[in-house]
Amino acid sequence: MQSVHIVSAYDEELKYLSKRIAAMGGHAERMVEQAVAALVNVDHGLAQKVIQDDLVLDEGQREIDDKAIIIIARRQPMATDLREIVGAIRISADIERVGDLGKNVAKRVAAVDGRQPNSLFRGLEALADLALTQLKEVLDVYASRSVERIGFVRDRDDQIDAMYTSLFRELLTYMMEDPRNITPCTHLLFCAKNIERIGDHATNIAETIYYIVTGDQMPADRPKGDKTDKVVLPGTVSAK
Amino acid sequence: MAETGAEQDGKRQALVARLSRNRWLLGAGVLAVLAVYFFAGVSFYVLVLALVALAAAAMLSKDAGRQPADSGAAIEASGLQRLSGEYLAAAVADPLIIFDHSAAIVHANAAAFAAFGGLAPGMSLSLKFRAPEMQALLDGILSGQVAADAVDYTEKLPVERTYRVSASTVGHATGLYVLVFKDQSETRRIDRMRADFIANASHELRTPLASIAGFIETLRGPARNDPAARDQFLQIMQNQTGRMARLIDDLLSLSRLEMKPYLRPGTEVDLRQTIDSVIDSLGPLASENGVVIEREFASGPLVVPGDRDELFQVFENLLENACKYGQSGGRVTVSIAGSEDGQQPGFDVTIRDYGPGIAEEHIPRITERFYRVDVESSRTQKGTGLGLSIVKHILTRHNARLSIKSEVGKGAAFTVHLPAR
Repeated sequence: MQSVHIVSAYDEELKYLSKRIAAMGGHAERMVEQAVAALVNVDHGLAQKVIQDDLVLDEGQREIDDKAIIIIARRQPMATDLREIVGAIRISADIERVGDLGKNVAKRVAAVDGRQPNSLFRGLEALADLALTQLKEVLDVYASRSVERIGFVRDRDDQIDAMYTSLFRELLTYMMEDPRNITPCTHLLFCAKNIERIGDHATNIAETIYYIVTGDQMPADRPKGDKTDKVVLPGTVSAK
Repeated sequence: MAETGAEQDGKRQALVARLSRNRWLLGAGVLAVLAVYFFAGVSFYVLVLALVALAAAAMLSKDAGRQPADSGAAIEASGLQRLSGEYLAAAVADPLIIFDHSAAIVHANAAAFAAFGGLAPGMSLSLKFRAPEMQALLDGILSGQVAADAVDYTEKLPVERTYRVSASTVGHATGLYVLVFKDQSETRRIDRMRADFIANASHELRTPLASIAGFIETLRGPARNDPAARDQFLQIMQNQTGRMARLIDDLLSLSRLEMKPYLRPGTEVDLRQTIDSVIDSLGPLASENGVVIEREFASGPLVVPGDRDELFQVFENLLENACKYGQSGGRVTVSIAGSEDGQQPGFDVTIRDYGPGIAEEHIPRITERFYRVDVESSRTQKGTGLGLSIVKHILTRHNARLSIKSEVGKGAAFTVHLPAR
């Protein structure tokens, strides 16, 4: 991308790819933001809008796939160019997944009636803020290509996981308090999981960008901070 | 006579000026003539004649002298045209970005750098501003609209900011475009604040209010003639009103901070002196709780950019928490150390208590408003549930971070990472 090709149309094509990725990213950020807002304010209209918006991302991904394959076929790209194109395919797939997760959160608005305690929604909002910050940082790095900031993006994943674990516990507590809470709380649990997954996709994108810019894979010491597999509330495990 | 004298003076000055303007040519001519004289052995008279002819030619070349003077006047008349776009952009207080036909940044003014960060000439705007409405705005202006309608652009993170963005072409056929951002955050935030205040405060204020109302009813009814009970009830009512007052103070200070979370303070703060005065002011509270405050300060200057009153509030809140909730440990350590880890050098201020500690599941959430690890102990310690929220807001304003480490039974450490520059 930094170098200039003799055929300027080639440069244009590569530029178009990254522009489409950025547009998709902006769209996904907006969708997640609105999905969480719809959930917190129990806004069914906004939720419907988010669900419909997902089509744009699906189409974006298909378009990027097509364009990328045409470029590969026509220009026989090498080195950075090839990584750029393959990276675009991978990033667009990740962004499309982020959109799906946002859409899934929006779909669950109908099942959550907003009678759950306020602190729960504030927790979900805080979790979404963390995930969206990460997504924004990653897409900013994609724009500026300053890979030295990527480590920071991966560190954030710890915070998201810690927050998710905390929400998980809280939701379990509410379900134990009153069985009528089980339906809405299960939906909220899935929402929290979806948002946590958005953070993971952001980390994936960060790794792809690192690969595009440096040509190396990122070191694989990705920390695993999601401890919900070990969360057990007292009195819920029957003795065997 | 005087007039002619002045005229002659003027002429002489003009002559001198002409000579000095042509000094290089003149010098070269003299050198050439001298060279010919020495090497070719021409007679002395020829040399003198040649030199005189040269000097005369230099004095006569009138028109050549006038040219630059004329263009100087022209420049003065069109000063605005020659004005550099950079100066003009720098003089605009709102973020302003100039870009070319491929949406690559050509120039961004200081306000734009401060507001958005990570901008660099050549970077693509459509990659940086990804919101759908911004994409539409850029596409519109680049596809030939003269001036697109302004759009509202909201950045939610790290702090919420709203801009009214307008795009237009620069001049005729310059191939340049300009984006101007008008900050609307304040208005938007006031709207939001009103809603938030009602939601948060009404709940938190209703509890003490309900208890006061209950006691008033009892005092007017069954306890009317019971002086002992009356005294006790009045004491409780006083505590509750005190709590409401504290809550309102905290809410106001939080909303003040939320109104302007992105203003980077311009002054400098001496950490050593600030923290010393925090420790002094909390001395009575510490001895009341039976806590000893220990200091471990690094040597050398401990100066960071920031607002003294706000940082004072940060350390006061943290230290107060440590004294109250870490009471059982009997001591609290305050340390300042230089930190080199991460992206930017700075100072780490750690406030460590040796009390019961905070369970892991609460740590990520204790900076949320009204989040309490233990509602009962928070109430008895006169907590409002807003202290750490305020800390977090102030630190965001200072571009600083708060990290919390704790192990149940071993106490908690709150570390503030303040960037040095």
